[in-house]
Amino acid sequence: MVSGLQVADAVVRYGPVTAVDGVSLDVAPGEVVALLGASGSGKSSLLRAVAGLEPLAGGSVSWDGDDLAEVPVHKRGFVVMFQDGQLFPHLSVAGNVGYGLAKDRDRPTRRSQQAKAERVEELLELVGLGGYGPRPITALSGGQAQRVALARSLAADPKLLLLDEPLSALDRGLREHLVGVLDATLRATGTPALYVTHDQDEAFAIADRIAVLADGHLLQLADPATLWRHPAGREVAGFLGYGPFLDPSAASALGWPGTPDGSVAVGPSGLVSDLSGTEVRVLDAQPRRGGTELTVKLPDGQPASVLTPDITTHGRPPAVLAVRLDPSGCTVLATT
Amino acid sequence: MDGDSHRVTEPAPDSRPQGSDSRPSAQSSLPPVQSPLPPVQGSLPKGTLAPDNSGARVPFGSKAAESGRGPESGPGAESGPGVGSGLAGGPGAGVGPGAGSRRGVGSGSARTGAFGRTGATGLGGHTWVWTAAAVLPAAFLAVFFAWPVAALVARGFVDETGFTLAGVQAVLAAPRTWRIVYQTLAQAVVGTVFSLGLGLPGAYLLYRCRFPGRRALRAAVSVPFVLPTVVVGVAFQSLLAPHGLLGFLGLQESFIGIVAALVFFNYSVVVRTVGALWSRLDPRAEEAARTLGASRTRVLATVTLPALAPAIASAAALVFLFCASAFGVVLVLGGASYGTIETEIWYQTTQLLDLPAAAALSILQLVIVSASLLVANITRARQERALRLSGNPVDKPLRASDWPAVVVTATVALGLLLLPLGSLVWRSFVTADGLGLGNYQALAGNAGQLTVSVWQALANSLVIAAAATALALVLGLLVSYVLSRRPASAPGRRVLRTLDAIFMLPLGVSAVTVGFGFLITLNRPPLDLRSSWVLIPIAQAMVALPLVVRTLLPTLRAIDPRLHEAAATLGASPARIVATIDLPFALRGLGLALGFAFATSLGEFGATSFLARPDRPTLPVVIFSLIGRPGAANFGMAMAAAVVLALLTAAVMAVAEWIGPKEVNPW
Repeated sequence: MVSGLQVADAVVRYGPVTAVDGVSLDVAPGEVVALLGASGSGKSSLLRAVAGLEPLAGGSVSWDGDDLAEVPVHKRGFVVMFQDGQLFPHLSVAGNVGYGLAKDRDRPTRRSQQAKAERVEELLELVGLGGYGPRPITALSGGQAQRVALARSLAADPKLLLLDEPLSALDRGLREHLVGVLDATLRATGTPALYVTHDQDEAFAIADRIAVLADGHLLQLADPATLWRHPAGREVAGFLGYGPFLDPSAASALGWPGTPDGSVAVGPSGLVSDLSGTEVRVLDAQPRRGGTELTVKLPDGQPASVLTPDITTHGRPPAVLAVRLDPSGCTVLATT
Repeated sequence: MDGDSHRVTEPAPDSRPQGSDSRPSAQSSLPPVQSPLPPVQGSLPKGTLAPDNSGARVPFGSKAAESGRGPESGPGAESGPGVGSGLAGGPGAGVGPGAGSRRGVGSGSARTGAFGRTGATGLGGHTWVWTAAAVLPAAFLAVFFAWPVAALVARGFVDETGFTLAGVQAVLAAPRTWRIVYQTLAQAVVGTVFSLGLGLPGAYLLYRCRFPGRRALRAAVSVPFVLPTVVVGVAFQSLLAPHGLLGFLGLQESFIGIVAALVFFNYSVVVRTVGALWSRLDPRAEEAARTLGASRTRVLATVTLPALAPAIASAAALVFLFCASAFGVVLVLGGASYGTIETEIWYQTTQLLDLPAAAALSILQLVIVSASLLVANITRARQERALRLSGNPVDKPLRASDWPAVVVTATVALGLLLLPLGSLVWRSFVTADGLGLGNYQALAGNAGQLTVSVWQALANSLVIAAAATALALVLGLLVSYVLSRRPASAPGRRVLRTLDAIFMLPLGVSAVTVGFGFLITLNRPPLDLRSSWVLIPIAQAMVALPLVVRTLLPTLRAIDPRLHEAAATLGASPARIVATIDLPFALRGLGLALGFAFATSLGEFGATSFLARPDRPTLPVVIFSLIGRPGAANFGMAMAAAVVLALLTAAVMAVAEWIGPKEVNPW
């Protein structure tokens, strides 16, 4: 028997538009899978279909081998954490967190009430908000609200946590911090999760495996290292931040050792300044934190970026720069 | 609080009871916190937050607002196929769960259940629940509204020989008819123009400027609006009658007097409708125009007013509707020499017993009212769209250059609003023996030819209004709940749009028509209710229903569908979602809806004047009969009774505002 989530050939349509077109993937117990894609790639639609919030036009979603087509949202045990939390404004922090705890129909006893309060506090402490229970949610900052949303989601003891861009409404510093909180919490509770994001760093930071989606299709599903080293094609590589793409001769001209058996995808650190390298014309210079990003024109005419530690006098970049490819910062895409 | 510059505003005012005589209105006295949005925006106590580790403090509420919740958010920048396909015309309509978030598709997915709210119900289904919830009020409306009105209209085409156009033709050929139509339109046009002209500076001052006492002034300006028409008529009468404060002007039974009373009522429609939008206009557009070299006047003409156009048009259409269908005020102030279609229907039916003529006039009235209702609806939808694009309310301190608005508003507040009411109160204390409580003491007796004492009439009014309120609230809750659904399928949306329009119909059809329709249809089996007093609360509930719906609906529509989704994924069944999410939201509007329903019923005159039996009159009916009788004693009693009714209405609204927010403001 298979355990965990299986999505097979899922199709989601909105009228004439096909948002998800035949995607298959699975999430094993305890595993975190990221759905990575640009806006409109269908990743959120897929997540909603898994939650039961959108009907499938084709394919199936099943849990431990059981098809969930007839199981309504509230009986699936898949909790969605939304981008903006969707905390219930009329409930306190504790009321929100406790919402998913109270699904049994038993009459609340003093004892169960106390157990519930303890559980709520426990979860709030888990997300670093111990003692926040009585507060109104209006008194929370964005980051705190998302942590309450996380605690609320975990309180429902989800079989699977579905995170729909949970951090993208936050600013960068907070986002990086909360990725850590999320990661630690998911690992600590062993909750399997589908994590929708458009942010590559977030996906790499949190996921055991990453599914790259574009236009409703699954382009690649792999662990982060494999995905980075061996992107399945130019589209995936480009989305991950590779570029430009050089054909073998162009790569050789830039100092690639030997002849690559495919096009060379240049990563962010794939082109380095090297006095013994090939001289190329500098088109532009942009100061960056801790260095300067020079845009150069490669011999085959493509523009490319080189990060140099030198701070160029503003407006006066060097006219030419000697560069070479650093194979450790590049990957070779098999010719298709 | 975040400071005065971010205040939660009231829902877009959009309706009020029919102008004829059910005065309390949606806009008139909304409590300041009665917002369709969960009031999270801009209310972060800055100093009290425990620091987040990152130090970043993102106001959660405003994030939420940016990302597609409720009426504030427009369709997402990446609106996919689903976005924008929600219910037309409602706040939040067309904002799918995905709107604004990074999702190409929203809520408007092709779903199976016509009424299944995405997420709340899992996979479609539950259509029958909404259908059932819709059927009860619809059936009620059919029996107690559509049938009587249709029957009355049909009378115009039937005589002893069968179908005929003779009666209608006779009416349409009569010069008197056209004189009355002309008077109706003239009164409505002039009333609308003046309400707008005086109301726009008021909207600016009360919603765009910040000064001490603004809240009190907003409330004060709204007071006239909840007053029963009979009371207002009597108040103006006390002012304009020959022995009144302004008696020397000779305005009794004049066009000017009636228009003044209509503006008295409708001033706050304009102030609140336009003010609600004005307070949310992004000031940066105006600032940009100023920095581009435009004068203040030019900015007003080229930037501000065009942006306000939807609200102005919407307010104008509503005011026109209320002015055109005004009944109680015209009846009291117009005397014998002046009439509108509405009073003429009353005159033809009760005085001349000419049913074909009344029916023909009803048809004319229906045409005028439907046209203005249609315009009001179109512009309201447009305004709601406009409103969604704007953010939190903004205001600025009052500046010296704002003096024109201050002067106009002060003049209106003192001269138009305060003077008649002051005159009413003063006259209520004037007796034959000088100032005293004589008129109030007389209320206990059956002075004159009254069949009951005023206090007994008041008791009748209270009982009837309580029954009407209960009925209107039950129906209103059902209707609002159904109308707040966001069906995914196109046919479902069409059905809902149609229902929406149907339930607003009583707003547009004259109460006189309804009241008289009751008399001629519900007087024989299967429904012989003629001798039963229940007809009155039913009629009053019909009149109050649109108002209740318009009060409850924004709060229900403001619920982000993703709240339902979040609850469902947390394991809440559809029933639990209703109990734990929808109901607490609905409660926020319930206190106010209750107040409106009660105040409306209390002051209802048009329909009640037909249905009240002589031995069980309501207070407005008694006041009307008192003012119509000769003698200073009757006049004084009418004044005193009007003061009592006014105080009662104001008290009801004050209580409603007090309980409304309180019971629903746990945050």
